[in-house]
Amino acid sequence: MITEETVDHLGWLARIKLTEEQKEKFTDQLNSILGYFEKLDEVEADVPPTHHVLGLTNVFRDDVAGQSISQEEALGNAPKKERGYFKGPRIV
Amino acid sequence: MKEVIIGLEVHVQLNKLRSKLFCSCSTQYHDSEPDTHTCPVCLGLPGALPVTNGKAVDNAIKVALALNCNIEEWTMFYRKNYYYPDLVKGFQISQYDYPIATNGSISLDTEDGERAIRIKRVHMEEDPGRLVHVGTIDKSKYSLIDYNRSGVALLEVVTEPDLRTPKEARLFLNKLKNILEYLDVFDSSLEGSLRVDANVSIAGGKRAEIKNISSYKGVEKALLFEIVRQNNLVRRGVKVVQETRHFDEVRGITISLRTKEGEEDYRYFPEPDLVPITIRDRVDDIKKTLPELPDAKRQRFALQYGISDNHAKVLISELGLANFFETVATEVDANLSATWIADVLKGELNYRDLDISAFSPAHMVQILQMLKKDTITEKGAVQVIRTLLDEGGTPSEIVKRKGLLKIAADVSENAVFEVLAENPAAVQDYHDGKDEALNFLVGQVMKKTRGRADPRTVSKLLKEKLQNAPDNHREA
Repeated sequence: MITEETVDHLGWLARIKLTEEQKEKFTDQLNSILGYFEKLDEVEADVPPTHHVLGLTNVFRDDVAGQSISQEEALGNAPKKERGYFKGPRIV
Repeated sequence: MKEVIIGLEVHVQLNKLRSKLFCSCSTQYHDSEPDTHTCPVCLGLPGALPVTNGKAVDNAIKVALALNCNIEEWTMFYRKNYYYPDLVKGFQISQYDYPIATNGSISLDTEDGERAIRIKRVHMEEDPGRLVHVGTIDKSKYSLIDYNRSGVALLEVVTEPDLRTPKEARLFLNKLKNILEYLDVFDSSLEGSLRVDANVSIAGGKRAEIKNISSYKGVEKALLFEIVRQNNLVRRGVKVVQETRHFDEVRGITISLRTKEGEEDYRYFPEPDLVPITIRDRVDDIKKTLPELPDAKRQRFALQYGISDNHAKVLISELGLANFFETVATEVDANLSATWIADVLKGELNYRDLDISAFSPAHMVQILQMLKKDTITEKGAVQVIRTLLDEGGTPSEIVKRKGLLKIAADVSENAVFEVLAENPAAVQDYHDGKDEALNFLVGQVMKKTRGRADPRTVSKLLKEKLQNAPDNHREA
């Protein structure tokens, strides 16, 4: 059962500011989604879990260093930069 | 002393790989400008897809085998979601429910004998970027981020709470480093190659997790500080609370990180952009490539060369040192080699903060051969080693230049005669049973020969001559 507190917390984890209206709306929506997925509880317990939908395993590349992009390109979309670094908020 | 319980989470960079874990950006960024070793994948740009570096998986399996772990049938990656400026995608690709290996152990030489430290799990993950704070961490207005490190392969090794002292924690890390270097998957000299989180509690109390320790000595320092802090709380009757603390390397203290409740809400879920990895079929091939590990080498050295376990322990502590010893020991007496390499050379290197690559095994062989032939004294040999480290050159040239050649017996003999003739009073004192008179006479001979005579030989010669020297009392 998802409460408004849960949604509030999820909003904080995702760094999204939610209005009271949105909180109410998302609480309802998330609960209905969870209810929909409860269908899965009816599956027999001996079915192996699906970890991946492709059925592929072991896709690797060789350990070879390739081209990187330039510092200029890397910082191209950065709203703030300084001396070749990205500039971000202080986090303690 | 109340019982201390310590567990470690060690993050080591698999920095012998040429490329990062999920993209082909080079790992050789240590002397580069910031943000010059990135691509859409390790910058977390929309639509970029990760592809696993196969050799990183092989290296992880190597480590897991060397740590006596149970290698899982298969493994997969998860997304660990959290927000931090050094994390480009808003999640870290890591492992959760199906780590690559579990249930291992490292045998540790502690102060009360060998003890197994259990390894709970070993898992792979990607390194975040590097944050650079302008000014101090609590005063800077913003942080600068260098993503060169972003996406480098990390291995996290988690121990059970089996360590009992800060010193044991440091010993454990040294042993782990030793094993990783033998496996050729890790270079500990590179900045940022190792980071540790340490969990510690005392007397059954709540545990504190200390984050952000980035040196071997730092681990011991942080734990010592934390144990004292917790002991003081207990003594004052204050309960230790469970919390995350940050280690300030400069000040040598741990600081409480005020975190919001439930911050550890990582919302792990399987990484849909990467497919599972079946490991079992890779293990047998990798087992065949495993080198001799430190513990096995230690036993072999004692057996094959007949050297003491203490010497063997020092010699295997670095792969380079072990190889150096073997090169030398095939040319000259193994016990002599062990003594001079483990005791003398290692000490001189440590004093100068150098490693074994600063000294040539061929030079060591020459020095030991001169010692064996008795053409230089032990003191002379030490001087040759010091000169080689400080000024370079070759042993034979240094011996000549510094006049370290042990002088021939007849030269010593002449000096002895001269000294006896010049110091009748001391000779008299000797006959009167004053032992220090002999020391004085030895000193005079050494002076005459500018220290090149062997003091033991001189002392023997003196005694012989003194027996035959005139004793004024007896003549009177």
